Amino acid sequence: MSVDTATVAKIASLARIKVSEAELEAMVPELNGILAWVEQLGEVNVDGIEPMTAVIPNKQRLRDDVVNADPLTGGDIRDKVLANAPAAEHGFFGVPKVIE
Amino acid sequence: MSDYRIHGATGEWEVVIGLEVHAQVTSNAKLFSGAATAFGAEPNAQVSLVDAAMPGMLPVPNMECIRQAVRTGLAINAQINKWSRFDRKNYFYADLPQGYQISQLYHPIVGEGEIEIQLDDKDPESTKTIGIERIHVEQDAGKLMHDQHPTMSYVDLNRSGVALMEIVSRPDMRSPAEAGAYLSKLRTILRYVGSCDGNMDQGSMRADVNVSVRRPGEPFGTRTETKNVNSVRFVMAVVEQEAKRQVAVIEDGGTVVQETRLYDPDRNETRSMRSKEDAHDYRYFPDPDLLPLELTDDFVAECKASLPELPDAKRHRYETALGLSAYDAGQLTLEVETYQQFEEMLESVARESGAPERDVAKRVANWILSERPGVLRAAGVAVTDPRNTVAANTALIVAVSKGVISGGKAKEIFQQYLTSDIDLAETIASNQQTTDTGAIEAAVDAILAANADKVEQYKGGKEALFGFFVGQTMKAMQGKGNPQLVNQVLKDKLG
Amino acid sequence: MTDLTDLGVAAIRDGVAKGDFSATEVASAFNAAVAEAQDALNAFIVTTPEKALAAAAAVDADRAAGKPLGKMAGVPIGMKDLFATQDVQTTAASKILEGFKPKYESTVSARLWQAGAGMLGKLNLDQFAMGSSNETSAFGNVISPWRRPNDTAPLAPGGSSGGSSAAVAARIAPAATGTDTGGSIRQPAAFTGISGIKPTYGRCSRWGIVAFASSLDQAGPMARDVRDCAIMLEAMAGFDPKDSTSLDMPVPDWEAALNDDLRGKKVGIPREYRLDGMDPDVAASWEQGIAWLKDAGAEIVEVSLPHTKYALPTYYIIAPAEASSNLARYDGVRYGLRDLPDGAGLQDMYAATRAAGFGAEVKRRILIGTYVLSAGFYDAYYTQAQKVRTLISHDFTNAFTQCDVILAPTAPSAAFALGEKSADPLEMYLNDVFSVPASLAGLPAMSVPGGVDRNGLPLGLQVIGRAFDEQGVLNAGLAIEKRAAFSARPAKWW
Repeated sequence: MSVDTATVAKIASLARIKVSEAELEAMVPELNGILAWVEQLGEVNVDGIEPMTAVIPNKQRLRDDVVNADPLTGGDIRDKVLANAPAAEHGFFGVPKVIE
Repeated sequence: MSDYRIHGATGEWEVVIGLEVHAQVTSNAKLFSGAATAFGAEPNAQVSLVDAAMPGMLPVPNMECIRQAVRTGLAINAQINKWSRFDRKNYFYADLPQGYQISQLYHPIVGEGEIEIQLDDKDPESTKTIGIERIHVEQDAGKLMHDQHPTMSYVDLNRSGVALMEIVSRPDMRSPAEAGAYLSKLRTILRYVGSCDGNMDQGSMRADVNVSVRRPGEPFGTRTETKNVNSVRFVMAVVEQEAKRQVAVIEDGGTVVQETRLYDPDRNETRSMRSKEDAHDYRYFPDPDLLPLELTDDFVAECKASLPELPDAKRHRYETALGLSAYDAGQLTLEVETYQQFEEMLESVARESGAPERDVAKRVANWILSERPGVLRAAGVAVTDPRNTVAANTALIVAVSKGVISGGKAKEIFQQYLTSDIDLAETIASNQQTTDTGAIEAAVDAILAANADKVEQYKGGKEALFGFFVGQTMKAMQGKGNPQLVNQVLKDKLG
Repeated sequence: MTDLTDLGVAAIRDGVAKGDFSATEVASAFNAAVAEAQDALNAFIVTTPEKALAAAAAVDADRAAGKPLGKMAGVPIGMKDLFATQDVQTTAASKILEGFKPKYESTVSARLWQAGAGMLGKLNLDQFAMGSSNETSAFGNVISPWRRPNDTAPLAPGGSSGGSSAAVAARIAPAATGTDTGGSIRQPAAFTGISGIKPTYGRCSRWGIVAFASSLDQAGPMARDVRDCAIMLEAMAGFDPKDSTSLDMPVPDWEAALNDDLRGKKVGIPREYRLDGMDPDVAASWEQGIAWLKDAGAEIVEVSLPHTKYALPTYYIIAPAEASSNLARYDGVRYGLRDLPDGAGLQDMYAATRAAGFGAEVKRRILIGTYVLSAGFYDAYYTQAQKVRTLISHDFTNAFTQCDVILAPTAPSAAFALGEKSADPLEMYLNDVFSVPASLAGLPAMSVPGGVDRNGLPLGLQVIGRAFDEQGVLNAGLAIEKRAAFSARPAKWW
């Protein structure tokens, strides 16, 4: 499968990365080169093989339902949450007005 | 089978409905972080570094959320998947800090189940089984506010990461009434289980309503999905409006577009959300920050053991073991608070009156369903009023069942008790009805003597006057005459 | 008194403990070395001499008070700028995080500070750890302290932990943290003549490390020798309940159990790693490594890893797919860069911010990842890759029924010059050919110096072990180290 300019434009839009026409043109052959190369995987016989789910055998642990049990993963830290925000007002993050 | 039809210009149309209900899981902390879930906090107060998707933050699932989903699945006789997994649903929006929602697409925790709905609460035969396709667990998004600033929207992440169950029905419903009954029943079950508080006005339950129309017997038509409908009434309205709209589109020669729509309750119509339609491709894939979720048999068994008696079983027991009517059993089991009061009161009344529960069940049911609500209304008092205690209710019911006071007197006393500071036991005692036949005969004699003309009319065939004599006698006795004895004496005297 | 910057982790720890010198003296010496080299090597994005001094002062005070000292007491280290460090800028070498000062500390860095280490600064790296030469950093290339003879052309320090490798090789840090997704600890270690180990996936918590590819990312130490790596890994590793993929296992005392006697051990030589046209110096170094391990008492066996050729394409599907999702959070809303063109709406802001903030290689990988996950392609690419990954993992499981560790080259060549491979992304990707398979299987793997090439540039030998058997890997590494007696070091030109 190879991509054309329109496909790359669509992917870039899905990924929310603005690209110029010139960038698009340059990306098409690069991506096609990489895609053609990874497509050699298609020749591997994977009959009866499960996709990997956990690289090292391990079980999902579950947390106890306790609020702020660990301050590093708890709430009530609004100042820390907002500290690096490009626009924070009245305790909110600000973004350009969204019309729904 | 529902015979609900849209009567179009070209004939009749059947409507096909499926519901995807998002129910907020009752838990203290969020699905993947330790921040609190309580409703109504200051903006961004209940947000952890994990919920704000700071670089390097990782999710660890909350056991209670998993437990509640499993308990919910068990409550609808669903298959519990002991191996499930979380997937990422990728899209960009300001209420979604990670740029993806952690959900379960490929391997949900709960598989197929079913819910029985009853369409007419007076007709136990009017049931229908609605299939459940799956329940999966996922993160809620944050909230955007658009009206606080002229050029900015404000983002509050308090809800971001709160656990939701998405309960997906099969397209088994065929009328607004069925959709409404399904949502109500689902809400009742969730509240029994305790996995969701069911507060629709706080957004704890929202439904995405999938609607399509077809000629009866033909294959499914193209469906639309109306998002975030937050009441039973609105769900029913969406089904009705959307079905009508689709029929009109088709009959005008158009085709229904598969799309996301929004319900506007003010105008009672759905409209397209074109702004959200830009080429959705969610690129689901297993979340590599999480491992497959494997449930042990013990875990599932504990979930099962923790389930309360569920609505259908309870209703059935009320009918068979307690001898209640299907209607009463249905009404008593609709809300958790109602059955809890009923059972508490039943137990208390049976104990106080030394009678088996079955013998007093009908009286307690009547009191809760028909007598007490009127008194509470007249007294202007809520059912949660601190004076409306089990003990007070029990004292009155027992007094009536022992013939100490009449039912009418009980309501009268209860109203006084709720609105003033009377001593209930004393009031009951002082209103004790008399079974002194002599006193009753004296009162009856006086009434008959004072109303000789009416006695003549009665004897002449105007039997409706009997009630008048009863009323006059009771009035003369200040309501304390035993009604059965008063009737008996009157009948004897009037010959 | 010896030049303190010539000392490694063990020597500093022991010297501070014995009172041969103070931790403050060590920190000052390295702070000075860092300052002197910074303009030439660009190994750091920010330096934090005050942090190094403060940690050293605390250690000196503890020692004076007779308190027990930590495993890394008095050792100032460099911290790869992928680890979140509280109130110190953390960028992943990307413009999109410029100025970001986390309000939290990564688990691994917190453990290191807890063990008595101090921070010299945040080390440069390939942007979001995507690269093999450190040329994708938004804060400039790192220049290797190594040079070819009679040639001042700047060489790559390897990547993505290029700031780490350069700093340790240049003796401006006795050790540094690295992270390894497809070889980002091992390849730069090989390029600069130092040691580095990527432990079993899950040994080190990923909490607070800027994510590249979650199922592959693993932190590890980079230091001058095997012992130093063992010491530092003990301080870094350990169960973290905040990371679902963290291993709930005790951390062994790797340093105490170091042993280069390999009698009774079998070393596997994977037949499929003998590539056509292999660099003869690399092949010779590998042969030499085999001879050293034999000398240490090991039995050499040939093993087969039949799906080796598919490891790189598998990696270049899975890693970009995970990255495309992991990097979606950089959107200009909560932290980092925001590019808001006049009149732009929310989605325009995202696209502009991400266009301005991400470098070319990051964009390339996000686009590949987005494409392979998109509707209609997911099964053909992603699911297929995860199946092949299972096969690659099975290959190792099978091989380890016949051997205890595997020996291979770390990289197909010695360090290349900056600019030499950056024009063709695919050629750059091929540099990871020997390191990626162990990453895909989550196995512990280490690079130790294994001689030099015809230009006098270091070559690395890679030891891959069974899951959880870091000790076996370290011991084989130690056996090579003792016999290689690698003493080459870059002449100081900065």
